[in-house]
Amino acid sequence: MSKKELLIAALSRKRVSFSKGWYKFSRNPLSVLGLVILLLIIVVAVFAPYIAPFPEHAGAFTNFRKSSLPPSLNHFFGTDTVGRDVFSRVIFGYRFSLILAVVVLGLSIPPGVILGLIGGYYQRTRIEIAIMRITDIFLAVPPLVLALAITVMLSPNLFNQMMAISLMWWPWYCRLVYAITTSLRYEYFVREAELTGASKAHILLREILPNCAAPILTKMTLDAGFVITVGASLSFIGLGVQPPKPGLGTMVADGAKRLPAEWWMAVFPALAIVMVILSFNLVGDGLRDMFAVEEV
Amino acid sequence: MGKYIIQRLLQSIVVLFGLSLLIFFIARVMPGDPARVALGSLATKEQVENLRKEMHLDKPFPVQYYFWITSVLRGDLGTSLYTRRPVTTDLKAYIPATLELILFSFLMSLVIGQVMGVLAGYFRNSWFDGLSRLISYVGVATPAFVMAIFLLLVFTYVLNLTPAVGRLSLGAPPPPKITSFIILDSLIAGEFATALQALRHIVLPAASLAVANIAQEGRITRTSIAENLQKDYVMAHVVYGIPTASTIFKYLLRPSLIPTVSVMGLAFAYQLSYAFLVELVFMWPGFSRYAVTVMLNKDLNAIVAVVLVIGLAFSVVNVIVDIVVSFLDPRVRLQRVGG
Repeated sequence: MSKKELLIAALSRKRVSFSKGWYKFSRNPLSVLGLVILLLIIVVAVFAPYIAPFPEHAGAFTNFRKSSLPPSLNHFFGTDTVGRDVFSRVIFGYRFSLILAVVVLGLSIPPGVILGLIGGYYQRTRIEIAIMRITDIFLAVPPLVLALAITVMLSPNLFNQMMAISLMWWPWYCRLVYAITTSLRYEYFVREAELTGASKAHILLREILPNCAAPILTKMTLDAGFVITVGASLSFIGLGVQPPKPGLGTMVADGAKRLPAEWWMAVFPALAIVMVILSFNLVGDGLRDMFAVEEV
Repeated sequence: MGKYIIQRLLQSIVVLFGLSLLIFFIARVMPGDPARVALGSLATKEQVENLRKEMHLDKPFPVQYYFWITSVLRGDLGTSLYTRRPVTTDLKAYIPATLELILFSFLMSLVIGQVMGVLAGYFRNSWFDGLSRLISYVGVATPAFVMAIFLLLVFTYVLNLTPAVGRLSLGAPPPPKITSFIILDSLIAGEFATALQALRHIVLPAASLAVANIAQEGRITRTSIAENLQKDYVMAHVVYGIPTASTIFKYLLRPSLIPTVSVMGLAFAYQLSYAFLVELVFMWPGFSRYAVTVMLNKDLNAIVAVVLVIGLAFSVVNVIVDIVVSFLDPRVRLQRVGG
């Protein structure tokens, strides 16, 4: 490659400006809709104590005179068997779902990314083999199964649920980053950094990592929905947020026992789960269009 | 080709070995003494000590693992502490029901997904395409257990079309056991009423599992059909006057088959885990419901066995998918063997 070609290559790698990115993202109205719903859910969840009409209903509150009321203007989603406002409980349930997604992704992405970088950089060495085989082992079972087994053995609560899911999640990022790193390993910018004596940390974190940012961000958004699904599934069996705190999955499980007459107890929390996952997926799709990320 | 298959099999064996090590390690590291759990709180110290010796719990971890893995390889998965039966007996009793459910749901998603994808691709940007896109978005975003609740509410409670629980109505005699798949068995025995009943029982749980796959598969097929419709060879078919249907089924479906097989294979294996909750909702007497029950009862032997069985199923499916894909797409086969 001549100097001129190198210069052109460097210039074309400039970051996509924000307005251009937004243009691409907003060309799909569904992505924008997803973003709006998602932001709404986040705001509602963060400010739950101020927004929920009956914030005290998110705990061990009972009022049997108002139990099992159908949806009305007072109680948008009706009340449950002990008279708690389902709408307020859904809002607080969102809190736990979002905390779960944030903690799981926060705990699992950094180790996954770092192992992926190392595995991809040290190609054809024992380091690569060790890392990738361990990754394969974790990917040999659907995350729900091992997360379930681990949560049960530890004793069921939100904290252990988070730990168990995080333990199952890092391999996905390891594999993603590994694939990108392998493809970049012998690119000129990496070799040049090696020749100029840059440290391994610099090469991995400053040269290679930025190229993984877009796929990681996209996968993160799509995964948030997936993590919430796994979390809701675990709490559906009673292995998540413990009552009286409201978990969306737990609410669906409790409500399912009251079908069909008191349908609102299961249907609204269930719709709430679909809504948050759907909005994460729509935003993820938009990001994929924006970065033009290829599936790995 | 043979070399590729052998390579692929060896790889799965290594992964399964690793998985057994991982799950055994997790089961032993967890707080609580398995012998004490097995005997209950009333057992004396001596009894616990004896059982610990019997279970090799007094030996170091590698020795424990050696004893355990050798008996697993002989087909002995230990005794379930919850059902008090050998775990292998339990598995044999429960796996057919789940297999029937998953296979049925797989067929369902294959047929509906393909039809939806072809129609949406052929009539792209029509109202049907829009509808199928909507179904896809919602289908992918709805967890299987949520879908199960919705379907149960609509089809069983509101429309009263399908029964709520089980594989057959209460008290109905099951057909003679041949394949352990009730629908097949009753067809073989010529009991069409029983087959119909079993069909009505399986539709909702299978659909709950299938919706996400239908969504995914429909999109893949649609994209592929829509892309290939623009190609010159399709134009040539039109010019030659070849019927549209034969163009679609003979030529357009094939390129969409490769991504479909990869995605569906993985989805098939994942259904084993999503079936966990769907079987609970519909009281389906299968492996997944057994899995949840033993897990909630901290039945260590059974938990380890369940995870291993799912891992085994997962790798078998993955190997089959890889082999099928390499048959469909020579590029994969040649590239892997060459490299």
